[in-house]
Parts: sequence; structure tokens; C-alpha cells
Amino acid sequence: MTVSYICYARSVWSSSPCYPSDVSAPLRASDSPRHAAFVRVTHWITALCFFALLISGAEIVVSHPRFYWGETGNDLTSTLFKIPIPASRNLVPTGYGYVLPDQNGWSRYLHFQAAWAVVLTGLLYAVWGLWTGHFRSNLFPAPADRTWRAIWGVIAKHIRFSRPHPSEALSYNVVQRASYLIVIFVLFPLVILTGLALSPAFNSAFPFVVNSLGGRQSARTLHFFITIFLVLFLIVHVAMIILAGFVSRMRAMITGTVVTGIAVTESAVIASAMTASQSSPEALRQLHGPITEERT
Amino acid sequence: MNKVSRRKFITAGLGAAAGVAGVATAAGIARRYGLIPPDSGGIFGPGETLTYAAQRLLTRHSLAREFPRSMISKVPFANELAPFNDAFKRQQAAGFADWRLTIDGMVAHPTSFSVSDLKSLPVSSQITEVVCEEGWSYVAQWIGTSLSEVLNLCGLLPQARYIVYFSIQPDWWDSIDMADAFHPQTLLTYAMNDGDLPVGFGGPLRLRVPRQLGYKSVKFITHLTATDSLKHFGKGLGSASPEGGYAWYAGI
Repeated sequence: MTVSYICYARSVWSSSPCYPSDVSAPLRASDSPRHAAFVRVTHWITALCFFALLISGAEIVVSHPRFYWGETGNDLTSTLFKIPIPASRNLVPTGYGYVLPDQNGWSRYLHFQAAWAVVLTGLLYAVWGLWTGHFRSNLFPAPADRTWRAIWGVIAKHIRFSRPHPSEALSYNVVQRASYLIVIFVLFPLVILTGLALSPAFNSAFPFVVNSLGGRQSARTLHFFITIFLVLFLIVHVAMIILAGFVSRMRAMITGTVVTGIAVTESAVIASAMTASQSSPEALRQLHGPITEERT
Repeated sequence: MNKVSRRKFITAGLGAAAGVAGVATAAGIARRYGLIPPDSGGIFGPGETLTYAAQRLLTRHSLAREFPRSMISKVPFANELAPFNDAFKRQQAAGFADWRLTIDGMVAHPTSFSVSDLKSLPVSSQITEVVCEEGWSYVAQWIGTSLSEVLNLCGLLPQARYIVYFSIQPDWWDSIDMADAFHPQTLLTYAMNDGDLPVGFGGPLRLRVPRQLGYKSVKFITHLTATDSLKHFGKGLGSASPEGGYAWYAGI
């Protein structure tokens, strides 16, 4: 079931050999610029840091897999919820008869080092993004796309598993833009803020942060939930990359270019035409004739 | 090599040299102003140094949050303790009447205090939270003598940079810098929630450092030393914590 599903997705969405023959027009392969070097470098630093934060954060949670709401909470108080896993500390009442090895030392060192790296990278990215207009041109949806109709159009296409238009390798659709904006401007700031609210020294200098989150244990619980949202984003992000063409999308984020079957100028014309008029790929296809699929 | 790539190469080289020089200068300034923690070596050194330096610049004088009496935890949690050694058991059998806190090192008047000596000094009280690195916490009222009071009585010498403190239990010692040693909430604690400090919470004497995680608040304190360098204590990393893999600075 799963295998056939993936096969179906590959055949429909990727540039694999089983690509339908009716649009396999002759190729004029060329490289189109996609991601700026600054975006690529900061993307991969962020990916590496997120992985380090996730692993070390999970190790820290294992030492006390109980969550509370409010200011305080410990082994003697009631919980908001528990993760049903054994703990790495003796006194935690998990119901398991054994204790996992304690990994908190290096996990904490790694967690904070990776946090510094990703926060400094994020600050540079934010300044660069504002300075160069990256957010405005690449992430904020075009005026015509800021409608429920446009958003529903993208979702409907995904539900129908229709093949992404080649021009979509060159620009993000409105749902992608909204997702990335939420991650960059909502989830990342919140996960940083809830993390800082766990620092006793930070809380001494900026008590309003932890107090406005409802207390220290609330901040810890929120830090955990925001991490879950970020992990859900990561799963969908990676799944969509695989379905849309893993090699092509990875190539774009590593080398900065996508190989398009159409000349750069022509693809740019189509991309800008799509943004401006919100024409459907079908309409453009009628206009321009068969558009060749991106090749990897 | 064509002209453009040579120019790029030289620019990149100059940029890298400027970057290295900048980091070296920053490290020099940080060292002079005491912004480098003792466990700054190793792969996690940069993160630890950034944390410690940033907090010393931003939070040097800030006070840990204090809570109303109504927020004192009904069931404070006493963490697991290693088995008591014979020295502790003897003190416990005598009702801690002979418990002494010895203060030496870079002080003009090395002194030994009994718990009742400490109780005769000005009383300081706070309702603060104990925050464990594992994630749990509780709020309690802590009563004792502020460390700065005792250090002033002993005539701390100006060249002292750290206070090292030792538990009666073996391999349990830590240290703090002068910002924390003279912080008004750093407390030689002998009472909790209107009673004597229970053994489970570090009685008869615990050093509370409420702006750092619980493990900096070492239990069963018998000895304080003022020093200008942590190199000759243990492995030179500042406390027993880094030797066990945990950060020396626990303000996070």
C-alpha cells in the first residue's frame, strides 16, 4: 500500500523515467537561479542546529518526562501530562522498573551551543532578509494570492496529487509562503522565548517573559509543544521535497540553481506572468504550448 | 588564476584575517573583564563563553524572582542524595551542634563559624524557586545569612575572584564568581519555611544561589575558600560539575 503510493507519487510528481510521454518535449536544459547563497548557508546551518537541538532536547526531556502548568511542578505534584517512557533519573515515578543512562551533561552543553548558533544565524538572516527585500519578494504572498480562493486552489491541487507546475521550482506558492513565514516569524521566536524563560538568570533580568507565559513550568510545556509543531513542519517539509522531486529541490538548496527545460528568460516570463495574473498552469500551457518538465 | 578570482581570493583572505583578529581581540577583552568561564576549553567552550559573557553583561545585578507566601510549594521535592559519609553521620547524631563553616584563602581574617554564629548575624529571607536542570521546580522560603555579610566580616582581599565552596560529602564542591558571591540573594541558608533546614534540603547549611540551577546550591557546606584562580581546584574546571559533564555556569 505504502510502496504503491510512493510509486504513484514518484511517477506523477518527479522527473523519473516513468514520466508521461505526452509532455516529454525536447529539452533545452539550462540553470535558473533559485536560492541566494546567503539563504542556502543559513538554511543548512539552521537545519544542523535544529537537529542538534532536537536530539539534545529529547535527551533532556528523558530526565523528567513529566509536564506541568503554572510556576512549579515536580515528582510530588500532579502533572498536566506524562510521556510514557522510562526516565534517566531514579526518583521519577515512571512505572518502569529501570532507569536509562543519564545523557544530560553533553546534551545541555550541545543544546545551548546550538541555540547560540541558530539564534545568531537567524538574526543575520532577518537583517539580510529585510535589507535585500527577501521577505517581501520571496516569502510574503503576492497581493493576488492573499485570498482564500488562492490558498484553496493550492490545497486542492495537493489533494488531487496533481503534478507541480515547472514554474513552481522557481517560486513558492502561497501555502508554502505562509508556512515558511509562520515558522520564521512565529514558531522560531516563540521557541526561543520559551527556552529563554527556562533560564533562571534570564528570568531574573527579564521576569515579564516567564510571568506572561504563565510561569516557569508553563514555559517548559510550551517549549515542548512548539517543538512538536516545528517537528511536524519538518516532516511535511521533507515529505513535500521528496514528492516534488528530491534531487531537484536538494540541488536548488545546495547549488542554488534549478535545471529547467525552458530557457531562463522564458521561465522568468512564465513565473512573473503567473504571479501577476494568477493564471493556471493549464492556461499558460495553452498560451506557450507544452512546457517541458524540469530535469535533474 | 584570472583577475576576478585573485581579487576574490585576496578579499576573502583579508576578510578571514580580520575575522580571526576580531575574535582574538574579543577574547582578550572578555578575559580582562572576567567573561570567560573556567570550563571554556573543548568543543562546547564557545557556547558556554557566550552564555556566561552575555549574562554577566546583562544580568550582573538583577534579582531572582521572589514569590508571595501563597506560592510556597505545599510539597517541596528533596532530590536524591548520595549515601552519607561517616563525618556527616557523626554530625547528624550530635544534632549538628558542632557543625562549622570554615572560611579561608584570600581573606584577611580566616574564620570558623558555627550555625548559631551565623544565626546571630543579620537575617536574610527570600521566597525563591529551586530549579533543577532536569526540569522540575518548587518554591520555598529560604532563611539565612547573605554570603556577602560573611565575606565582609572575614575581610575578603581585593584580588579574590572566586569563592569555592565544599560539602562535607566527598567530591561535592562548586564555585561562583564575585558577581554571584556578593549578590544580595546568595544565601548561607540554615532555615526553610519557618523551620530548621531539613537534611533532605541541605540542612544544616546550604549555599543558595537562586539565579543558577539547583546543582549550584550545594548542600551540607563546611568550607569556603576565596581564590584568584580555579586552576588548582580539582581538574581546574571550576567545580565538580564540569568533571561530571555539566556546565560550571548554571544561570543558562
